[in-house]
Amino acid sequence: MTLATHPTLSVRGLTRSFGERTAVRGVSFEVSPGELLAVIGPNGAGKTTLLSMLAGVLAPSAGEIAGVSGRVGWVPQRPAVYSKLSVAENLRLFARLEKLPDPEPAVDRMLEQAGLRERRDEQVSRLSGGNQQRLNIAVGLLCRPAVLLLDEPSSALDPRQRERLWEFITNLSRQGTSVVYSTHNVFEAERYADRVMVLGDGELLFLGTPAELGRVVGDEGAADFEAAFVSFLRGRGH
Amino acid sequence: MRWLLVKDLQILRRSPLLVTMLVIYPAAIALMIGFALSSPPGKPKVAIYTGVKAGHGKIHFGTQQVNVSHYAQELFSSVAPLHASSPAAAIADVRNGRALAALIVPAGITQQLQSLLQNGDGNPTVQLVLNSRNPLERDLANQAIQARVDEVEQAVTKQVLKVVVRDLQQVLSGGVVNLLGQNVSLLGLRNVRTIVDGTIASLPRDSKLLPALHQVAGFANLAIEGLAFAGPAIGTVGTPLTVQRIDLAGRTTPIASYAVAIAAVVSLMFVTLLLAAGMLALERSENAYPRLVRGLVRPEALLGEKIALAGISAALLSLLLSAIVSIFVPLQWDRFELWLLALIAAGVAFAAMGVAIGGLAREVSTASLMAFLLSLPVAFIALIPSTAVSGAVASALDVVSFAFPFRAGLQAVGNAFSGTAPGMAWPLVHLLVLGLLFGGLARLALRRFAVA
Repeated sequence: MTLATHPTLSVRGLTRSFGERTAVRGVSFEVSPGELLAVIGPNGAGKTTLLSMLAGVLAPSAGEIAGVSGRVGWVPQRPAVYSKLSVAENLRLFARLEKLPDPEPAVDRMLEQAGLRERRDEQVSRLSGGNQQRLNIAVGLLCRPAVLLLDEPSSALDPRQRERLWEFITNLSRQGTSVVYSTHNVFEAERYADRVMVLGDGELLFLGTPAELGRVVGDEGAADFEAAFVSFLRGRGH
Repeated sequence: MRWLLVKDLQILRRSPLLVTMLVIYPAAIALMIGFALSSPPGKPKVAIYTGVKAGHGKIHFGTQQVNVSHYAQELFSSVAPLHASSPAAAIADVRNGRALAALIVPAGITQQLQSLLQNGDGNPTVQLVLNSRNPLERDLANQAIQARVDEVEQAVTKQVLKVVVRDLQQVLSGGVVNLLGQNVSLLGLRNVRTIVDGTIASLPRDSKLLPALHQVAGFANLAIEGLAFAGPAIGTVGTPLTVQRIDLAGRTTPIASYAVAIAAVVSLMFVTLLLAAGMLALERSENAYPRLVRGLVRPEALLGEKIALAGISAALLSLLLSAIVSIFVPLQWDRFELWLLALIAAGVAFAAMGVAIGGLAREVSTASLMAFLLSLPVAFIALIPSTAVSGAVASALDVVSFAFPFRAGLQAVGNAFSGTAPGMAWPLVHLLVLGLLFGGLARLALRRFAVA
């Protein structure tokens, strides 16, 4: 996918330090409408810190986030919903807190979109991990965001649940929502992302398509994408 | 804030065990306090052996007699008596746990008392055998019996003194005395003096009888003056000191109202701290806090919602407790609006403390444990009477109590219940200041609330 003229998200020189340690250092990139951008990297690379700054949960030490046309939806790694409430009650609560003028249609829309209509009155604690994550994402989508930020959305799911989740996310992308997601699973980056961002020790090491990443490390004789990714990191001292 | 409140109420509704505990706890406390305040003290079981046969419990003193058996019956009414057939049986009752104590009255007690009253000889003694295994029960039995023995002693003394004073009066003024069923006229010292004075006046000035009669008249005068003082003086020995009670600064808080106020504030504190700390920490445990504060809700509003939820819920529960207790203990219902004001003010201050605990602890289980562990010493320190410890310790306890809402809450609620000094204004201001300080501490704690 090529970048559109008007990006939904534009980031310049984003930096975040915790005391002496710099978790994210001078990261710049843009995201176009409907684009799926995967953020990958080893543990401690700065993926969650980057997404937290994009979500507004964490203030950057330097740099700027601009050009967001529309609101940013944020889906933290662990489901951020109330386990004692039902699916519909959670959606209704967050719709009201989002100050949506008419919460009920938004609730119905998200139940439909997340495939949870038949579970609407079920208490969240009784849902499977996959359904909890879909509800988690649905809450993030209530305000119809132009950009959806997902922090390791599939980390706690089994393969079947992961498959259904990615179907849901790619549908969102097709409908025009930009999706930025972090993942440990490089196959998810290769398979679903339009572009891949590789972070190492808070620095942007690579930004391009999965195929381009493959080409960058292709000469090193890697057997598959994961091996190419590991080889790429090793070659840059990570 | 309204929707967060609705959400928290929904969560509470789906936590029936927690809600049941929160409702049952103050209700159970209320019933216990009510029963304890309205029930008469229990009577300890006392094995009693008396060697005095029926009808032989009278002590004769001059022309009067004192029935000691009458006072013994009063002693029996203050304990649950188990009549024993012998001293050994009474002691066995204590040994095997049937009785907390044994009271052994020897057969010769009446004669010993008689001898003491008539001749000043002897030391009439009853034996009290106590079970020393349980110190609390031992003290209960000892106090019940000792109090009654004191009453009997005082009653007998009073009766004897009455007889003495009356006999002295007869020696002084004369009268009719019954001796062996016969009424005998007693002359009396005053009459003796009158007769002697009359005789002296009727004799010639050179009569040889005059010096002797003047001696008799002088003795009569001295005796009359002395006995005139002796009567009232002896009468006061039975009750040498009268205590006149004066309460300063208007009415004092009745002990029953004070006990109800303590129960209400302790319940309020437990419920509020646990609810406020737990519900705030739950936002983090559910991972919802970062999502809420990224534009949906301001942290101050979130704290305000938790304080309102916990403070008002606990105030209503304490009100329920007070209403239940008022079945047993009279409370001033015409001051109901002040009850409500005091309970809500205390509830809000405790809730602010609760959210500070929740913000610092961050985990629900840690927050609940911290709230519980803090509650006990906070209440305990505030309830220690300043006279029970040294001046320096009392000052230190005052400072600690001042920093927490318990003492101010107790003053406000106690005053609301009874309408006594020192008034509610200062405790309410104190609670307000503490609420703001703890709220500020909670706000600071939220700065690191979402950090993993």
